[in-house]
Amino acid sequence: MTEQVIFYICSFIVLLAAAGVVLNVRNTVYSALSLVVAMLALAVLFILLHAEFIGVLQILVYAGAIVVLFLFVIMLLNLRGGDMGAESQPILKIVGTLLIVGAGAKLVTLFTGARGAWPEVGREFGTVREVGKILYTDYLLAFEIAGIFLLAGLVGAVVMGKQRID
Amino acid sequence: MIEPWQYQVVAALLFMIGVLGVLIRRNVIVMAMCIELMLNAANLSLVAFSRVWGNHDGQIFVFMVIVVAAVEVAVGLAIILRLVANRDSVNIEDTSLLKW
Repeated sequence: MTEQVIFYICSFIVLLAAAGVVLNVRNTVYSALSLVVAMLALAVLFILLHAEFIGVLQILVYAGAIVVLFLFVIMLLNLRGGDMGAESQPILKIVGTLLIVGAGAKLVTLFTGARGAWPEVGREFGTVREVGKILYTDYLLAFEIAGIFLLAGLVGAVVMGKQRID
Repeated sequence: MIEPWQYQVVAALLFMIGVLGVLIRRNVIVMAMCIELMLNAANLSLVAFSRVWGNHDGQIFVFMVIVVAAVEVAVGLAIILRLVANRDSVNIEDTSLLKW
């Protein structure tokens, strides 16, 4: 019962905050703050699915690092309401919205009532210990590649962000 | 009791909101945020399926998606920073040199 209440409230918050990111045309900072709310509510959904490690990672990386990076860039660019730039043509907006509503309705009807049940999982499911065990054995190569990838991204971001490229 | 398909419906709706944002908004930064929304929708779907299957592989995929998202945002925002410094506008329509 409690689980259901939490699920419905958090799903509602996720979708509402995501809509806030898209529909807010006045200020980009509000969009970024909406994104934080969506990420936090999503982390609650992850924890509800017994993925505690991923839930904490979601808060640390998304709400803690990625959105802060967005806010840094928005404030560095010093965007004001008037500098938001022209939005797309109304006709394109209507066509895009209709397309998405159609595709979304199709997807939702596809999933609605699909069979499937939750198997019983132990209390350890989704903890750092269990995920780490698999990460450092079966997926060790992928983990190492992810580390090199992060280093490449770091170097790339520094080079791209430099004022003058020699 | 919550059924597995309910999580998939939420993930599908979240993904569609992200696609909608990329289609109707022309602000580069908001479009980057909408790409994050789509990645998160995929994450929610993967975590729900990981729970349905009762193993951790889906959660490892989500871990990798989060790593890629972090790198993508760091490099993407650096590119946006250069772009805005050159074009003096965050409107994607002003960057159409390679558009047919």
